[in-house]
This record gives sequence, structure tokens and C-alpha cells, in this order.
Amino acid sequence: MITSFISTSIPLGVPLLYGSVGEILTEKSGHLNLGIPGIMYVGAISGVIGAFLYENACGNDLANMIPWLTVLIPLLSCIIGSVLMGLVYSFLTVTLRANQNVTGLAITTFGIGLGNFFGGSLIKLVDSDMPSIILTKTSSLFRKSLPFADDLGWFGEIFLSHDFLTYLAIVIAVIASFVLTRTRVGLNLRAVGENPATADAAGINVTAYKYIATGIGSAIAGLGGLQYVMAYANGVWSNNAFGDRGWMAIALVIFALWKPNMALIGSFLFGALCNVNNYIQGLGTATQELFKMLPYVVTILVLVIISMRKKREHQPPAHLGLPYFREER
Amino acid sequence: MADTQKARHREPLLHIAKRDDMAGWQAWLIRVAAILIAFLLVGLVSMALTGESLPEIYSTMLRGVFGRLFKGKTSLLWTYLQRTAVLLCLGLAVTPAFKMKFWNCGAEGQALMGGLAAMMCMIHLGHLPYPLLLLVVIGSSILVGAVWGLIPAVFKAYYNTNETLFTLMMNYVATQIVSYYVYLVGQGSGVIQPVATGNLPTIGNSKQLLNILIVAVLMVLMFIYLKYSKQGYEITVVGESQNTARYIGINVKKVILRTMLISGAICGIAGMLLVSGIDHSVNADTIGGQGFTAIMVSWLGQFNPYIIAAMSALIIFLESGAGKVADTFFLNGSFAGVASGIVILFLVGCEFFIRYSVKIRRTRKEETV
Amino acid sequence: MNVPAIELRNITKRFGAKVVANKDVCLTANRGEILSILGENGSGKTTLMNMIAGIYYPDEGQILIDGEEVVIASPKDAFDYKIGMIHQHFKLVDVFSAAENVVLGLNEKEPYNLKVATDRVREISEQYGFELDPTKKIYEMSVSEKQTVEIIKVLYRGADILILDEPTAVLTPQETQKLFAVLRRMRDAGKAIIIITHKLHEVLSLSDRVTVLRKGEYAGTVITAETSETELTEMMVGEKVSLNIHRSEPQNLTPRLEVHHINCSNREGVKVLDNVSFVANAGEILGIAGIAGSGQRELLEAIAGLQRLDSGAVLYNNPQTGKMDNLTTKTPLQIRELGVRLSFVPEDRLGMGLVANMDIVDNMMLRSYRRGHSMFLERKKPKELAERIIEELQVVTPGASTPVRRLSGGNVQKVLLGREIAASPTVLMAAYPVRGLDIGASHTVYRLLNEQKEKGVAVIFVGEDLDVLLELCDRILVIGSGHITGLVDARSATKEEIGLLMTKTVTTEDGGEQNG
Repeated sequence: MITSFISTSIPLGVPLLYGSVGEILTEKSGHLNLGIPGIMYVGAISGVIGAFLYENACGNDLANMIPWLTVLIPLLSCIIGSVLMGLVYSFLTVTLRANQNVTGLAITTFGIGLGNFFGGSLIKLVDSDMPSIILTKTSSLFRKSLPFADDLGWFGEIFLSHDFLTYLAIVIAVIASFVLTRTRVGLNLRAVGENPATADAAGINVTAYKYIATGIGSAIAGLGGLQYVMAYANGVWSNNAFGDRGWMAIALVIFALWKPNMALIGSFLFGALCNVNNYIQGLGTATQELFKMLPYVVTILVLVIISMRKKREHQPPAHLGLPYFREER
Repeated sequence: MADTQKARHREPLLHIAKRDDMAGWQAWLIRVAAILIAFLLVGLVSMALTGESLPEIYSTMLRGVFGRLFKGKTSLLWTYLQRTAVLLCLGLAVTPAFKMKFWNCGAEGQALMGGLAAMMCMIHLGHLPYPLLLLVVIGSSILVGAVWGLIPAVFKAYYNTNETLFTLMMNYVATQIVSYYVYLVGQGSGVIQPVATGNLPTIGNSKQLLNILIVAVLMVLMFIYLKYSKQGYEITVVGESQNTARYIGINVKKVILRTMLISGAICGIAGMLLVSGIDHSVNADTIGGQGFTAIMVSWLGQFNPYIIAAMSALIIFLESGAGKVADTFFLNGSFAGVASGIVILFLVGCEFFIRYSVKIRRTRKEETV
Repeated sequence: MNVPAIELRNITKRFGAKVVANKDVCLTANRGEILSILGENGSGKTTLMNMIAGIYYPDEGQILIDGEEVVIASPKDAFDYKIGMIHQHFKLVDVFSAAENVVLGLNEKEPYNLKVATDRVREISEQYGFELDPTKKIYEMSVSEKQTVEIIKVLYRGADILILDEPTAVLTPQETQKLFAVLRRMRDAGKAIIIITHKLHEVLSLSDRVTVLRKGEYAGTVITAETSETELTEMMVGEKVSLNIHRSEPQNLTPRLEVHHINCSNREGVKVLDNVSFVANAGEILGIAGIAGSGQRELLEAIAGLQRLDSGAVLYNNPQTGKMDNLTTKTPLQIRELGVRLSFVPEDRLGMGLVANMDIVDNMMLRSYRRGHSMFLERKKPKELAERIIEELQVVTPGASTPVRRLSGGNVQKVLLGREIAASPTVLMAAYPVRGLDIGASHTVYRLLNEQKEKGVAVIFVGEDLDVLLELCDRILVIGSGHITGLVDARSATKEEIGLLMTKTVTTEDGGEQNG
């Protein structure tokens, strides 16, 4: 039972991991992107549209579909969609210096609207009885697990039975962690989020760093949406099914203290917290709902503790949420 | 000033400078222009999606909001005004906090908790005499909303805990508490049937009028509070400069706590209106994201209650109008979200042209000495 | 004769049409030499050095490096000429370690490796005798350690012309001695070092030559070994200039405010006020002279109830009750509730004294809005007051409902001073009230202060221009590094006398030397 608990918790954590790693990169550049929940919707729906078009082009027949294209098309369309949203956000907040909270919330409204709108339109298009689009063929490729997973018992089930996007998420988190702590680019990026005036004086192109961090962060977050649809939900898109996972990803950023490797641990912990109610015997539906607040309560506790302890390494980037204008002294 | 030297060196094409000399009417001209452009864009998008003509789309939008007003049917208009009132109420709630530069992103949760309190009184204290029950419903929703707002404020005042993130998280705690309650009372069905006890009274034959009037009064009170009261003045000073506040002896902590108490209390009223005045039931989606829209509305309304009212009317107009367009031409209902997203993004972006001036510099030969 | 490392010829820099920051300034700095740039506040030292560092660009004149004329248009150009400047305000990222700050923004060819960078930083520290742990975070550092990081940052980038802007202003005497030892070592290693300062004894003990600036103009260069404190002071302060400020004889002098042995530390725990005592009398203007940042701000804020004191007392002789009120540990509100009419024109006019985004009327109410029991504001009287001030002080503004941020500096000051005087104070404190003001506006300020004095107010005037202090005040208190270094009669004192007191070295009780 523990094996199945762990192996079912991991998929719950993966979208959160993508979302939070994307948000961490963005926040490290000093931008609190509250548009992430919307961007994850857009990432998901872009991937769905890509897959839908390709499946239709192949006559809805798996035999006609070229496997690598079947994976690549949704992946690319997902990244393009989310990066475009990220660019809108950075254009408004970096170039036009708009308020980050307001812009982010507007992007979320817009993004969720876009996701549900296109989702709903596609559903109408296929004229199905169910309020969802089903992309089982594409999903079957996305959900391919490692071939020898079944032969290795509990070890296989916990560590090897997942889809490739799960492993990609872990790889991305590890790379992000490495870039932030071990490379010059990471050093410069952190300086931009901590003290843009100092970074500017040191010859770092603050604007470029902000744009690129937000863009890459959005792409990563968008992949989280795609993973949810294609792998976790078996290729079934239904409106609003993604829920508030985007917000939980933002919570996870705080829990992880702005460190991608901590997000790795945190995402699976959050996944487990969301999952635990299914594994405790005799819980009523009502109590299950109470359990779902655990990730948020834990995050609030972390937020309060870091502000009380005032340890500088654990604080949000010092310039988070503030616009930077060089001529302002 | 360092920039001017660098500029001489690299000659950027555009030079951006802060400005504060723009007349009020010019600023509004820019905003109205942004709204018009955004509306045009929404129209064009609808046109592309439906193949209908622009006039047809705009008239459908108007119909979606005002209904067939001239044929004696006014219920749509009433609903429109009521929806505007609820959004406005939430917008008014976050405004004093924003004016103090306290980013209360928790209107959603504060209102939901207020609504939950109202619901609990309506269900469990239904046996009380009606006037008393009504008082308890109103009082408890205000109290619970205020407390939900006060919690992050306490940590902000004493430990400088990031209030944006704190209030955001509180929303989801509230959501789960309400879900819990709904499953508890709804006996697992996940729905609470509308309750007849403890509802707000109706005036005449309109179910909406009282709700609208309450918010209208709140709007005027908030305007007076912010502009003419001593507490409102303190909020402005704390928001503008904590150093000045210290200099004239304002207790900054006290102002933060007091203001968030007010902000949460008004959110509680919004929740009470939704539960006791409109839905007569509660669920996790009762506020439906309007707490977030309210943040944008308050910001776009320059923290002025009357302009916030106009902005709320605009956003709800878009949502109902675009909803009607979607409905009529068989688009998906979420088109409304897309439409209001476009307008808000345009309005947010246009502020740049009000606060900064952009000069195009002619290229110059590099100076040599 | 070797070619100077850097030479400035007839440099002139203007800001706007009126302000001339530097006029026809010439100087040379050689390798293996420490050059001091000496001058009072506002004499144009920092502006001049910023032109070498590429932050400003001269309007006229030439800069030569190793005998060749160069254009320095950006900090990057300055780096390319191996010029490094250590500014007064450090540009460091707090949560980074020293080594991370040093390599920030560099485009080295070899891949980034913090360990290698750390070792190099350690190497440089040892080479010049700094004491610095390269892995220590900036926020854990003392001010002197942060300064060390800035210096190493410049050295790491290979600078051999170093400019230090008032490096000792933030250091303790011991730290200053260590810094000087390092600077001497760098000089011996063949670097050209330029140090901006206004402390005479430092100039004498450290530098090889001294270039003196006075009000933006070049006042001469002397060899340190051949000069004296007196000669340098004379060069620095120049001839006395008459300003024709009217000054009345003080009447009915009575002690109003008594400051007893106050001590005060800043956030870093450095002592900023050390055993300060004085008495301000009703009916006189007490001037406070001193180098900027010697504790003037903390002193006024301590009296106003805005600064926590370590020890000591502030007493107020209440003319209404005839009793002594103790103001120590009281908040500004409690002080007002005692009936003490204390007005304060702070140095930071728009950041503290006024709210930039509020209009003149609302700014008038800042101190008085609580009056009355109503929960609503009373704007009638503030509006009348605003209109009266606009008329009487000739404030140039479109109207009373204009936000003060749109007013020019002089008009902002008139609004602020007007409000503080309208409270009919018994004590009026003004910090640098004429800074940035033109002559006409300055004279309005002098007139207002004099009127208050004649009304029997105890006026405390913190100023920087010695000519003004000597003509406006009755007595002048001189403060140096948080100590009172002297109290002189403004009618008989000379500029040189005050200049010397400002830079005087005081021996504290614990035997340590304190810079003045």
C-alpha cells in the first residue's frame, strides 16, 4: 500500500514541480508572476490543440502517426503558447512597468479564459456527448513508462513507472538548481532580483535577464499543464479540470524557499499531502476536503516562520514585485 | 544621470522619462482610448470567430447586458446591476488596503469566510426571530471576514511577513473550509440546497434592489472615509511614506491592523450579500474569482470608489456582453474571460503612457572632446 | 620626469544653466603616489571624480591618461583605462558572499567557478593586507568589510588608478588606520591613488600631495610635507564672503531646551552621538556646524522623539507651566500632548516633512489633522493657511490644490517652513533649510528664522555654509563625529576657527582616538 501511495503521489506533484520551478526562475529576476496559473492553462490547451490537429491530420489513426512528431508537436505548441503569455506579462511589467500583481492576475484571468474557451470550442467541434476532448492516442505515447518498470517490483513502481515528462521535470529542476547556484548566468540573475541597480552598475543587462527568465519560466510552467493533460489525465481535457494547481505551485515556491531542488522535494510532499486523504481509511468526503488545505497551511507556516526568523538566505528576492527604472534614484 | 552618459555612448532610439505633468483629462483620454481599442479588438476577435458583422456583435453585447429593455423586460438589467454591485463591493473592500500599499490579494477568501458565517447562521440559528437572525447573519459575516483579513495583517505589522503571498494562501484555506462544511451539511451530495431562513428582505418586487442599495451606500461611505476622515488621511500618509508617518507620530502598526480589519469586514459584507441576499446557499465557488477581479478593478479605478464603480460596471458589461455573444453565436462561455482579460491588459498597459513619456531620439554623432 | 598616470586640464562641469559644479579644475596624479582632494561639502570633489569614473561627462576640458588624451563616456570606459572608483554608497548584493560580489557581471573566458574566484579574492586580500573572509555574506559584514569588498572588486578587475570617495567617513579610527596601511602598500606597489576627504589630519598623515577645491573651483595644489593645517584650512574656506543677512540682538534670553549627555547608536551599532550636551535659548539662533553626517540628523531626530537614545536626557523648559518637561523616550505624539510646541524642518523635505503626492492643503494638516473630536478632517483652516503661506511667502504654484511634488525646491521649502512656523512653535529646528535654494529663496528663509527668533522662539539651525552660519546665528555649536568639538560666538568667530573645530580630533574617555 505504501508503494502505491508513493507511486500515485508522484504524478500529483509533477505539475506543481513544473509550475514552481518556472515561477522560481521568474521570481529570481524580481518578478512575482501571478499569471502562472493562467499560463499553465494556456500551456495545456496549446498542447491539446497541437495534438488534436495532428491526430485529425492523421485521420485519427495511430498507425498513421509518426511517434516522435506525435510527442514533439504538442510539446512545441505548449512551449510556444506559454512563452507568448510570458512575453505579454514581461512586456507589461518590464517594459511598461505595470503593477506586477494586477498584470499577473489579469494574465491568469485571460489564460484560464483562453484555456476554457479553446477547450470548450474543441469539445463543440468534435460534437462529443462528454464535456471533454479525448486524445488517447497522443496520450498513450506521452504515458510510455520505462520498459523494465514492471519487472522490478516496488522499486519499479515507485521510480520507473512514470511518464517521460515526470523525469523531464526532475531533470529541469536539477538543471535550474545548478544554473542558479553554479553558473555565472545564475549569479547574474539572482543579482537582478536582489538589487537591479547593483546588477546594472556591474554591466548586466537587467531588462534582458528579466525577459528571458520570465519567458523560460513560463515555458517550464506550461509544460506542467501539458503533463497534467497528457499523462495524468490520460489525454482528456475538460474545462477547469486543472483546478487551482497553478496557485499551489506558487505556494510551493515559498515552501521551497526559492530553491528548485527544494521544490523537487516539496512538490512530491505536496503531492502526498493531496493524496493522503485517499489512503486514510474511513475518511468522510467532508474531512477529505479539510485535508486538501494542508499544502496551503504548511505554506503559510513556512512563510510566517521565515519572516520571524529573518534569515536572509530564506527571504524572497529583495526586489520581488518592484519595478526597476534606472533613472529613478 | 549615469544613464545620460551611457545613452550618449550607445544612443538608444527611445528615451523613457518619468512624467507627472499630464493633465487629468489627457490621462482619461488615454484610458478611454485604451478601452475603445480593446473593445474593437474584442469585436474583431468575435468577428473572426463567428463570422458575424461588428454591429451585430456589439448589439448582441448590449442585448446581453440590458436585455430587451424597451419591451418592458428589465430583469436582465437588474441582474447586471447586482453583479456590478458585488464586484464593486469587493473592489471597495481592497481599496483602503491598497491605498496603504498593503497588497490584500485575499478578498476571495475573506468574502468566502464571511459568506460561510452567514450560511452557518442561516442554517443553525434559523429558529431565531427574523430581525434578530438577520442581525446575527450580518454581524457574524462582517466579524469573520474581518478576522480573516486581520490574520495576515498581524504578521505584516509585527514580522513584516509578505502580505501578497499570505493573503493568497488564505484564499485556499477558506475554499477548503467551505468545501468541508458543504459536504458536512449537504450529506455528501456536495450541494447545500437554498435556505429560506435569514435571507435579506426584498424591497418592493425586486430581489436585487436591496443588495444594490447596500453597495451604493458603501461606495459613498468609502469615498467619504478615504477623502474626508482622519483615518482615511492616515491611510494615505502611511501608504505614501512611512517616514512621514513616523515624523508626525502616526502609529503605523495600528493603522495597518485597523485598515485590514475594515477591508476584511467589507469583504465579509460582500460574502453576506452573495449568500444571504442572492444565492441563499454557499459553495467553494460562491465568490467565483471576483475577489481577484476586484483587485484589478480597484487598481484600475485609481482607488477612487466612484471610478471603481465605473470600472466594475465596465468589466461586468464585458462579461455579460461577451457571454451573450458566446451564447448567441455558439461560442464557448469562457469567451467572457478572454474578453475581460484583453480589456484589463490594455488598461494596465496604458498607464505607462500616462506615467512616462517616450521620446524618440535622433541619432547624433558621438561627441569627441 | 615621468608622465602622470592621470591628468585633468581645465575641467568644467555644469548642471543645468545655473549650477557650476566644477570650473577650470586641473590636477595630476602620479603612479606610486597618494593624492588627496580636499574641500568642504559641496565643493565639487565627488563630481570631479565621477567624471574620471565615467559617470558624468565634462562640458569642457581634457582628461589625459599616461599622457594621452582619452574619452571616458561610461563606467566601462573607465574600467578599460584601469580606473576604479569606490563610491560612498556601496553597490553590493546583500545576500551574496564577498567573492560572488567581486565577480558579479564579469565576462571572463574561463567557466565560472566560485572556488577559483574565492581563492583569487583571498590572494588579493593577502597581497595588500586586507582582512576579509571571501565566503562571508555582505549582510553579515561591518561597514569597513563592505568597503574592503568594493576595493577588492576594483583591484580584481585590474585597476591601477584608484579613487576613493570619503572612505573614512564610515570607519572607526582603528579601521581607518588599517585602510591607510593598505593604501600605502598599494602606493608602494605602483598604483596611483586619489582619496577624497575633508579631514585635515588624514590628509597630512596619508597623502603625498593635496589638491584643494573651493566651491567648485581649483584652489591650488601643495606638497603635503611643505604645508600645515592652517594653510590648508585657509585654502579650503577662502576669503570671507559677506551675505548681508540682517541679524538682530538677542532679547530676553532664557534657556528653553536642554540636552544632557545624550548618546545614540545607529543600526550597525556605531556610535553617532557621543555625550552631547548643550542648551538652546529662547530668543536666539543656535547654529550647528559640522561635516555632513557627523550626527546632526540624529541629534535633531533625538530631540523630536524620532530616535532612540542609549542614554542622556532632553529637557524642555515649559514657558506656560514654568516647569521642566522631560522629553526623553517620548514619541512625537506624546511630546505634542505635553503641550510642547516643537517644530522641525527635516533635511528630507519630500520624504519626511511633506508627502509629495498630496496637495498643499493636505500637507498643511500633516501635524494638525488630529485636532478636534470629530472623526472627519477639517480642511477649512488648512486651506486658509495654505493660501496665506502661498501669498506671504510668494510660493510659485498653480494653486493650493497642487501636489507638492510639482513645486520647485525653493517653493517646497517655503511650504514646509511656512507650515512649521504656523504652528507658533517655541522651539524651531531646521536642518539645511537653504540647501538647493536660490539666493532669493534663501533670504526668505533667513528672514523667517530671524522673525521667529525675535518672537522669542529658540531656533536651531543646522547649516553647511560657514558664511551663512556666521552671519545668521548668535552662537554656533560645532559637531564632529558625534562629539561637540566647540561652541563659539558667531559675532566674533572666524571661518578658519570653525573649520578647524569641525575637523578636530577628540580624545574620548576610553582613550581611543576619534576622528573629527
